Amino acid sequence: MALAYPFTAIVAQDAMKQALMIAAVDQEVGGVLVMGDRGTGKSTAIRALAALLPKIDTVAGCPYNCDPSVPKAGLCEPCKGTKNPDTVTSIPIPVVDLPLGATEDRVVGALDIERALHAGEKAFEPGLLARAHRGFLYIDEVNLLEDHIVDALLDVAASGENLVEREGLSIKHPSRFVLVGSGNPEEGELRPQLLDRFGLSVDVSTPMDVKARVEIIKLRDAFERDRVGFIKKWRRKESAQRKVIESARDSVNDIETPNEVLEFAAELCMKLGTDGLRGELTLLRASRALAALKKQKTTTTAHLKAVAGLVLRHRLRRDPLDEAVSDVRIERALASMSQE
Amino acid sequence: MRASTGEQRWQMALLALSVYAVAPHAVGGLVIRAAPGPVRDCLLEEMRDLMQTEPIKRVPSTVSESRLIGGVDLTATLATNTLHWEQGLVAQADGGSLILSMAERTERRAVAHLTSCLDQGEILVAREGITQRSDASFGVIALDEGQAEEQPEAALLERLSMHVELEGIGIRDLGAGPWSSGDVARAKSLWARVTLDENNIEKIAAASLQLGIQSPRALIQTAAIARIIGALHETESVSEEHLQSAIALGMLHRATQLPQSPEEQAEQPAEKEPQDTDEQNATKEREQLPEDALIEAAMATLPRHLLEMLKDRATSRQTSSVSGGKAGSLHKNKQRGRPVGTMPGSPREGYRLNLMATLRAAAPWQPLRRPEGDTGNLHIRPSDIRVTRFKQPKETATVFVVDASGSSALHRMAEAKGAIELLLSDCYSRRDNVALIAFKGDKAELLLPLTRSLVRAKKALAALPGGGGTPLADGVDLAHQLVSSIQRQGLTPTTVFFTDGVANVARDGSPGRTQAQAEAMAAAKGFCKLGSRTLLIDSSPRPNPKARELAGALEGTYLPMPHASATGLRDVLIPQ
Repeated sequence: MALAYPFTAIVAQDAMKQALMIAAVDQEVGGVLVMGDRGTGKSTAIRALAALLPKIDTVAGCPYNCDPSVPKAGLCEPCKGTKNPDTVTSIPIPVVDLPLGATEDRVVGALDIERALHAGEKAFEPGLLARAHRGFLYIDEVNLLEDHIVDALLDVAASGENLVEREGLSIKHPSRFVLVGSGNPEEGELRPQLLDRFGLSVDVSTPMDVKARVEIIKLRDAFERDRVGFIKKWRRKESAQRKVIESARDSVNDIETPNEVLEFAAELCMKLGTDGLRGELTLLRASRALAALKKQKTTTTAHLKAVAGLVLRHRLRRDPLDEAVSDVRIERALASMSQE
Repeated sequence: MRASTGEQRWQMALLALSVYAVAPHAVGGLVIRAAPGPVRDCLLEEMRDLMQTEPIKRVPSTVSESRLIGGVDLTATLATNTLHWEQGLVAQADGGSLILSMAERTERRAVAHLTSCLDQGEILVAREGITQRSDASFGVIALDEGQAEEQPEAALLERLSMHVELEGIGIRDLGAGPWSSGDVARAKSLWARVTLDENNIEKIAAASLQLGIQSPRALIQTAAIARIIGALHETESVSEEHLQSAIALGMLHRATQLPQSPEEQAEQPAEKEPQDTDEQNATKEREQLPEDALIEAAMATLPRHLLEMLKDRATSRQTSSVSGGKAGSLHKNKQRGRPVGTMPGSPREGYRLNLMATLRAAAPWQPLRRPEGDTGNLHIRPSDIRVTRFKQPKETATVFVVDASGSSALHRMAEAKGAIELLLSDCYSRRDNVALIAFKGDKAELLLPLTRSLVRAKKALAALPGGGGTPLADGVDLAHQLVSSIQRQGLTPTTVFFTDGVANVARDGSPGRTQAQAEAMAAAKGFCKLGSRTLLIDSSPRPNPKARELAGALEGTYLPMPHASATGLRDVLIPQ
């Protein structure tokens, strides 16, 4: 397998890195959308994240990466069937690419034609959604994704379950994943329903100062020259980063959220007039993950302010022709609240 | 700075080719923009000479997905009863090159696979019951035969670092290249050792900023090109001259601005002799940063018309990249919509297998196919395979042709903008594409190529100018071109003209109402042959008979402005 560029060696792009780290700490945050020009390191960062993720335990041989620690009801059919889903292996958290142009049957899974024709068996061939269970599903050029694939994704993302009813099959398997999308805003809009599925959103742009650019050339050049050596050189930083993620994953559920932070979040969302509760919940989850990353025990309004842009930017009711306003509105709301 | 001759440009093309041959994957590839002909053939011949040992695979623009990335060999599988995997072109080209014919017509999904291979050097295929990872590290030679606005997908252009334009190079200019395949082979082993010093890296970074290049990928690739050029010259360090060639090859074609102040550009009329401007620039630039000289020198390698193009592009590049949003319109009838029966075919082409129909087709033959003694087994042949057909209403595209002349502009431009904004604001839910043509002064202009992007539409609208004469015929002609290209893409266009129908500038730019009007009417008669839906909104304060006449010639619906407020307009366009 081609070696991925190290996450910690990515120059600048702090907001994107932070959003990805938060999603890695708490997968319930609900996905990251990265929009920006071509060549800004969107895919590089996401592929690099895969190398940082800790391992998880799964039932050995399960095509759906079932978690052996959950009660039986949460398992897939084959795992429910086996008396003893005890043979556990540990695998890296899957980061599955959903390539543009993937067919629907590859995404949701379909009848295994070959076995149907040969053996006359009605067998299900799991798709990408099965492989992405408990991991990340990465869609590059998410705004060019075909509608019928988006429909399938939305349904699964909402229910955490993939229900396949096609070609005489009736199959259900768990599929909970972190949706990570990237794209270029000049190529088209995202459907509002899909936009809403993303917990965090980041706008990336290219660093436009000479120093950062020189740094990019140098690091990338060194990487291309000697991938193994380069990765070795960054190994310590990478493993430090991995430890941060690991310990944050362990501690994130114990982090306390004081009442004042809850109130702050509610007030901010009310001020900005975001739809529904999802913004508020994500805001709290993201601040908790951030506190965990910073090794703190309680969340503060400072954490909340730090993630407000990431969480709320794409949730504001907006005039579709006025994209610059979101960030300004969030800042203004935050400023007015800190004065009070 | 002097525009280069055909011969020099041919040598430049050979340089690009040699650089490519040294490390195809590191530089991504080479775009060769030229009509098919002896010059291009000669260049490809050179390439085969330089890369004798590596695999070179040709990819037609209509390549099927399974051929490109690999899939199950259905015939062999059914014939032998064991699974046969057919390797795709990308895996076969590992370590070598893919030649992409008619790159401007390559389908979006094929491009997506190519770009992911270019990024990762491998292909992961997960289809038809097989998951296979194969090495696929190659360079792409994209043969771009596009005319005018037609270009390969932007995602592909972004990854191919060098662009070569063969326009204007004649047979007589062709000569032998400076490097043989032996030199290339030597450079291959040498270039890993060639280093770029801090100073050179800074120069590349500074040049990229001056040329307005956003993408860091261009920086990284240019650095690699500079090192390869050094290796071709058998040195281990990169000289100023090498750097200059690298910038010419890897950066100039991506430039969105030139290192001149915008005022200066505006001052120079287009007709001025290039030599004059060169001298002016030269004096100016002597006082500026050294990187300017570097770019200056690099630009001398470009043909004159390209320089002009670059200047045009410097202002319009951002909006004239390949239209987004057309992806997905091509294959949908294979995938979705209302099922309308079945047909013989292969599920490999993106159709969906219809199992029942397949079994039904196979059933009558079973007694004949069954060998002696065999009782229960089902015998299915490739010819039995049936796939489902779907029917779907085509995507729509609305083309606005706006009269931005002095007579029309003042009171009508706001309405036109309002209507377009309204259309766009719900276009993502309705999957509608929008394009905008404006005509004024002495010519018509495509301000917004077909798009679904609000960001781009907004930029184009904000810049919509007004004033000047009314070159109506030119506007209709441009609309004709655009609408027929939209029809070729398989979309259903609707055209909306905003004009008072009074022309006063003829096609050749000369003023004069009679000729202009006659030309406009003739153009309109030609336009109506396209058979697309047309709407003409009379923008004059009181209904103008000339506008009605034009609508008649266009065979379109005539709508005087008083009935056409911005919201009313949308209602007319969107019947539901």
